[in-house]
Amino acid sequence: MGEKRPRSFYLLAAFFTAYVLFLYGPMFAIYILSFQGPDGGLTFPMNGVSLVWFGKVFSGSGIVDIGASFKRSLQLGLVVMALTVVLSVSAGMAFRRSFRGATFLFYVAIASLIMPSIITSLGIALEFRLLDDFIIKSGVGDWTTAMGLFTSGLGAHLTWTLPFGLLIMFAIFNRFDSRLEEAARDLGATPWQTFRHVVLPIILPSVVGIGLFGFTLSWDELARSSQTIGSVNTLPLDLQGLTTTVTKPDIYALGTLTSAVSFLVIFLALLVILVLQARQRRHGSDAGKGMV
Amino acid sequence: MMLVFALFFLLPLLFVTIVSAWDYNEYEMIPAFSLRGYSDTFEGCIADLPNLCTILKTYLKTLKLCLLTWVLTLLIGFTVAYFLAFHVRSKTWQIVLTLLCTIPFWTSNVIRMIAWIPLLGRNGLVNRGLEGAGLIHQPVEWLLFSEFSVVLALVHLFTFFMVVPIFNSMIRIDKRLIEAAYDAGATGWQTLVNIVIPLAKPGIVIGSIFVITIVMGDFVTIGVMGGQQIASAGKIIEARLNALQFPAAAANAVILLGITILIISALTRIVDVRKEL
Repeated sequence: MGEKRPRSFYLLAAFFTAYVLFLYGPMFAIYILSFQGPDGGLTFPMNGVSLVWFGKVFSGSGIVDIGASFKRSLQLGLVVMALTVVLSVSAGMAFRRSFRGATFLFYVAIASLIMPSIITSLGIALEFRLLDDFIIKSGVGDWTTAMGLFTSGLGAHLTWTLPFGLLIMFAIFNRFDSRLEEAARDLGATPWQTFRHVVLPIILPSVVGIGLFGFTLSWDELARSSQTIGSVNTLPLDLQGLTTTVTKPDIYALGTLTSAVSFLVIFLALLVILVLQARQRRHGSDAGKGMV
Repeated sequence: MMLVFALFFLLPLLFVTIVSAWDYNEYEMIPAFSLRGYSDTFEGCIADLPNLCTILKTYLKTLKLCLLTWVLTLLIGFTVAYFLAFHVRSKTWQIVLTLLCTIPFWTSNVIRMIAWIPLLGRNGLVNRGLEGAGLIHQPVEWLLFSEFSVVLALVHLFTFFMVVPIFNSMIRIDKRLIEAAYDAGATGWQTLVNIVIPLAKPGIVIGSIFVITIVMGDFVTIGVMGGQQIASAGKIIEARLNALQFPAAAANAVILLGITILIISALTRIVDVRKEL
């Protein structure tokens, strides 16, 4: 490995560094600007350093009720995360044997992933609207709407997170040694025991990854939520609304807070994955090392 | 899983198609067959024929934005993936650098869009820098809320979708092939064109599908970064929805869907997606 790196390496490394700067630079700009002093505006330079704008976000003055949509987004994200993990893992297990409609389900999942979000969103909105009309016509008195955070909103988010979960499960099981399961079976384990004590511990780090995707994708999801969430807003929707009206750095403060939640979740997930992997190594298991 | 997709994906699509052929008035949809959704969309197209009507102009603009974004994300994505796959040698570094590219993807898109405002705005860093350097005397206006900023933001947001599939194809390329080409006297450029690009083609196609479908349907980025001034296919649907003209919105969705499917099927001719996972 000691050979000299070619010149192209340095060019490409420089390009890569530029790309990373391009990715992170603007984000850090608003993180810094959110600590703008009370007289500061939307751009540099900083007029002193303060936490004024964070205070504004928490006290809710001037902006819509951020606290409420923050909580809603968090709840929805957690529910989406749990469902994504459970459904993806079970579907991933199912896909290891071919079953009726497997190919169809696969293509539907892919289609759901690449379908322009606005179309999915519109479709779900229409579906619930028609359902409402139907219920009202069939004589339920004071029915308002079935549309809401945990009906249409949840569904819309799942059409976005599940394909990711499924693809990750495929990637896992492509590298999974099924002889381990056979061994467990031969030793007399029930299917549930095999799953619980053999399969799950091996795939657990990746399952945490699926959970991470489930939460972050839902937490930041905007286009699909736009028509399906009903009368209340999630955090990204509020943020989008604010971009046209707010001219003070409190929007940056809100952005910093939202990102902080994302980073916290990412950090926790990565930490859990590292701990799990370290434990696997300690127990001398050769699983997950990609042996085939 | 099937149930979720049936309820929240297949059924909605079906309704979009059905409703697109319904009649409507100012405030509600009427379940009777009518092509008004479609005819309204193309209103005036035949009348001012030598000139393009609004809807065609809008679609052309969307295609233009889409093409620009596609070319840029492909170039940047390919270069980044190439660096990660062939020049980063240790596995740990590969993982660390890939994570570095992935983390922004896990944070909010809206925030990543807002983040450009302090840089590109009238008093933003770029303008100040240029003024300071004496290159310009008035702030450049087209940096923010323009097609430029839209494409910039789109590239910023979605290059990731190019990097991952291309990287995935590249690390599966047998390094011995490249050594063989080198031994046979190929230059770096020849190796790239004749070996790496053909073998990375599946990744390129998958990445392209992602980027193109996202940009075609996008209305959020174009809305925020275009200052709600630039029309696009997705924006039309959103505008129709805000006016509660559901059949018209659905008709537009069907048209958009048709175009997207056309593009995808053209791309999948080149590669079998399922085989590549």
